Amino acid sequence: MSIATTTARRTVERTEVATGKSKERSPGSIAFLVALWFSLFFGVMVLIVLIVDTAINGAPRFDTELITNYASRVSPETTGFRAGILGTIFLMGFTALFAVPLGIAAAVYLEEFADNEKWYNRVIEVNLQNLAAVPAIVYGLLAVATMALMGFSETGTVLGGSLALALLILPVVIITTREALRSVPREIRDGSLALGATTWQTTWRNTLPAAIPGIATGTILGLSRAIGEAAPLVVVGLAGSLRFDPEGLMSQITALPMQIYSLTSQSQEDFRVAASAAIIVLLVLVLGLNALAIIIRNKFQRSW
Amino acid sequence: MSTQPATASTRRSEPDHEVGSFAEAREQSREVPAAPPEPVMEVLKLNVYYGGFHAVHDVNLQFGKNEITALIGPSGCGKSTVLRCLNRMNDLVAGARVEGEVNYHGTNIYAREVDPIAVRTNIGMVFQKPNPFPKSIYDNIAYGPRVTGMKVESMDDLVEEALRGAALWDEVKDKLKQSAYGLSGGQQQRLCIARTIATRPDVILMDEPCSALDPIATSRIEDLMLDLRKDYTIIIVTHNMQQAARVSDRTAFFTARPDETTGDRTGLLVEFDRTADLFARPHDKRTEDYISGRFG
Repeated sequence: MSIATTTARRTVERTEVATGKSKERSPGSIAFLVALWFSLFFGVMVLIVLIVDTAINGAPRFDTELITNYASRVSPETTGFRAGILGTIFLMGFTALFAVPLGIAAAVYLEEFADNEKWYNRVIEVNLQNLAAVPAIVYGLLAVATMALMGFSETGTVLGGSLALALLILPVVIITTREALRSVPREIRDGSLALGATTWQTTWRNTLPAAIPGIATGTILGLSRAIGEAAPLVVVGLAGSLRFDPEGLMSQITALPMQIYSLTSQSQEDFRVAASAAIIVLLVLVLGLNALAIIIRNKFQRSW
Repeated sequence: MSTQPATASTRRSEPDHEVGSFAEAREQSREVPAAPPEPVMEVLKLNVYYGGFHAVHDVNLQFGKNEITALIGPSGCGKSTVLRCLNRMNDLVAGARVEGEVNYHGTNIYAREVDPIAVRTNIGMVFQKPNPFPKSIYDNIAYGPRVTGMKVESMDDLVEEALRGAALWDEVKDKLKQSAYGLSGGQQQRLCIARTIATRPDVILMDEPCSALDPIATSRIEDLMLDLRKDYTIIIVTHNMQQAARVSDRTAFFTARPDETTGDRTGLLVEFDRTADLFARPHDKRTEDYISGRFG
């Protein structure tokens, strides 16, 4: 009898599970979900509309002449971006050449050797974060000043442009390299040091190789930011269009963003169509770089 | 993989590890002299500070040649800290300060003219978590000899010798060029031991080498330690009292004493004796409480 009463009481206390409705699907939750979807949709939609619009505008000029021809004022319908594309490739190459060794070395010092207790290392630390937020145009001015100090009188060269872009992406390279080094576990370093390796050997033979995928990803993402920049290149004095190929560090060049920029201000419709087509070329380059970064990250990703 | 438990159980005919009787486990072991023979290492009045925190207070210990010495005690009693002082790994901890002497064959390794790198080549270390390098098995072993510039006639022979020494050769001889990350946890830990013995050290420090391993892998490492004792002096930190009883010749029991004012827990050595004696007839009340499971 008494057992029966206890059982009965317990049944009453238990919350009913088969309520026939779900709290997850209450009006409030649904409204919130819709709001989230809308935000996502809005962001992505604007981007898609922009790209599709540009692609439609540039569609008449998706031909090989766009890539192989030089810019032409006389025949706007066959004007091309040969000089700009080659210039951009040159710029990226030298930018990487300047920024990557410098950035990796700086990051290795800060992560592996620097004593964080020292005030000067802390100052560097704080300023590094600030540098990443400096507007691109300031780096252009800095590159001009540096070039002038080094005694170069020519403007608009590969050297000037890549110097400006290297300065621009240097903080990005340093920060991502540090992240990559930090993700290598302490135990790996300890294991190496316990075998009688020096800090230098540990870094060079163990930590740095283990961090290479992260470093490569960071560098490529930095470059994909630099590839679209026009502002610092304007300051450095790159031409809006040229009719010859770049040959070396000191040759005058133009770059894809520079060419696009100068064409969009032209009144003739054909030039604007060509500019739209060139934007798509630039986008393909950026997306290609980002894809490469993702491939490297996924292929070499390591769980410790 | 599936054959592993079978091999392990056939290989191990002797001590039954589930038995809690320490004295019984000691039966199969050898005679241990009253004092550590030919002390390879000696710790005198060792005090360690991390910044303002007094981590270890006045530790005195001797480690006998070809003996296994276990450092046991509850968490935070400073046993790992003491171990890391023995090959100057504590140098790498920011703010760490060591007072007192750690003598290695009569030389204080904290003396000004001593190179910590040279200390670490003579006194190897195996860590709590297996930490193979992200390299091939072969390169893991060859790493130490390469970085220390050891004169090696044939690296292949050295790698084989080290892997045989760590009872790993038969399992990995066909995949030396494969990544060390493909090995199981227990194999990785034996690889780390092989890596350590490849540099031909004198002393091997082990910081809870089995805490991340399953019982079968653990028993293999313990067998290996008993094997290695013939050639090396081994000092092991362990949380596991049964493990200390099974493998060690001598045991040092540490405990932590809270400071009256700050509450900081400072580690100190309570008792150091032959393992059989320490477990059978502890002299100190704190040791007795700990080994009988009343505390810690």
